[in-house]
Amino acid sequence: MTTLLIAEHDNASIKDATNKALTAAAALGADVHVLVAGENAKAAADAAAKLAGVKKVLLADNAAYAHDLAEPLAALIVSLASGYDAFVAPATSRYKNVMPRVAALLDVMQVSEIIKVVSPDTFERPIYAGNAIQTVKSKDAKKVITVRTSTFAAAGEGGSAPVENATAAADPGLSSFVGEEVAKSDRPELTSAKIIVSGGRAMQSRENFAKYIEPLADKLGAGVGASRAAVDAGYAPNDWQVGQTGKVVAPELYVAIGISGAIQHLAGMKDSKVIVAINKDEDAPIFQVADYGLVADLYQAVPELTDALGKLGK
Amino acid sequence: MKVLVPVKRVVDFNVKVRVKSDGTGVELANVKMSMNPFDEIAVEEALRLKEAGKATEVVVVSIGPAQASETIRTGLAMGADRGILVKAEGNVEPLAVAKLLKAVAEAEKPGLIILGKQAIDDDSNQTGQMLAALLGWPQATFASKLEIEGSDFKVTREVDGGLQTVKLKGPAIVTTDLRLNEPRYASLPNIMKAKKKPIDDKSASDYGVDLTPHLEVLKTAEPPGRKGGVKVKDVAELVSKLKTEAGVL
Repeated sequence: MTTLLIAEHDNASIKDATNKALTAAAALGADVHVLVAGENAKAAADAAAKLAGVKKVLLADNAAYAHDLAEPLAALIVSLASGYDAFVAPATSRYKNVMPRVAALLDVMQVSEIIKVVSPDTFERPIYAGNAIQTVKSKDAKKVITVRTSTFAAAGEGGSAPVENATAAADPGLSSFVGEEVAKSDRPELTSAKIIVSGGRAMQSRENFAKYIEPLADKLGAGVGASRAAVDAGYAPNDWQVGQTGKVVAPELYVAIGISGAIQHLAGMKDSKVIVAINKDEDAPIFQVADYGLVADLYQAVPELTDALGKLGK
Repeated sequence: MKVLVPVKRVVDFNVKVRVKSDGTGVELANVKMSMNPFDEIAVEEALRLKEAGKATEVVVVSIGPAQASETIRTGLAMGADRGILVKAEGNVEPLAVAKLLKAVAEAEKPGLIILGKQAIDDDSNQTGQMLAALLGWPQATFASKLEIEGSDFKVTREVDGGLQTVKLKGPAIVTTDLRLNEPRYASLPNIMKAKKKPIDDKSASDYGVDLTPHLEVLKTAEPPGRKGGVKVKDVAELVSKLKTEAGVL
């Protein structure tokens, strides 16, 4: 019995989502190997080898894996299938794309976005935007699992696993990479940030995000998020969206500003340790989940808060 | 080019679902059902391709109980040309849905299949990718822009770090994200017209697909609740509470 964890990485390093998915993979009770598929990804493979509990790292270093294309990546994972009983990956956009393709090629049902490992074949997962939690038992001999990383602790370092090269599988050649627009930011990534400051529709413009939300986030060393309404309105880019179909986050502190608290948004942040809401509508549903609610005009309260934190030496 | 759009009948997104007290599932009796919102976006995109002269026919297919024909009618009222209902009772998992859709695709031979990226009931986010795998077609999930270049599809995808653009060789699978388009409302005349559009009645057994679930649902429970906390009177009190009480500053 061996589990293959497929790593989220940027070739140079391992992403925090991998550390968290490793905790879930280890809970299956079998040895864990890690697959690092990328281009010039030796550094990421070496980092994976240091994770506590990893027995072996497979490095598939090939141009075909440079851009997260689903078809070659799924072909690679399937080519390794005979040696493994379970395939675990974090539910990042890369693996939400790839893993169901793997599952279908193996003729198994994927268990999506697990939040708990009950036993090696039984898992909890949210349905209906987190309004119900289903416990499912997989009857498949090989399991394909994606992990909602916000509910698992990150595995630390402490291992020294060997790194072996994996042979690239034949690229089906069905798709090609054209380009990408990836925002460069010094702020922490949403899914691993300790603090997140999010803005909603009440921000009214992209300029107001820059003027009110971002200075507060920078004062706190926080990641910046947004509600779907704010993203749909063009006030914030899509990769900031927190919610059921955006990113699911669970930071130490989540500050929701001008966000009413639609079910879909709550699904993406209600596991945060402490929630602060600032909204001028005292009946906004966000106050039903907020630990600290401030009924106020955000255009006054947010600069005041940013100043107050400055005085605290933040 | 023919475009196939699979649509799912789900609990309306405005309904707050309730877990049954015996833990066997969520309450579905007398609950408003609608087309999965991501599937509406898929229908809309297919219609725009037809209106732009890039698609010749839009076929809506649904797998589910007899009432799924209402969901197909919604797609026909939006402007799709015809429907296919594959009757299947009970819990049909994404893998089985993908196998049925593969059979439909082999009969219909579309150049493009557009699906919602996930259904808002089981939140699996699997069917499009599985269908692509079974057909051996390329896939572009979470699309926010779709362009046709000859026999290729250029698709911009919403990914964790921002946007990624890929090119697929047709025939291909595209799954929709929220920003792809804003679906139209069906007008009354179009709703009337849709009643006359044909829906082909099929059954899962016509395709010889085994619908036995691979996942056994042991129970369905309420999520752990989160209590609302306190209201603070001003920013100073908020900062003080965060510092001393919550200890997060």
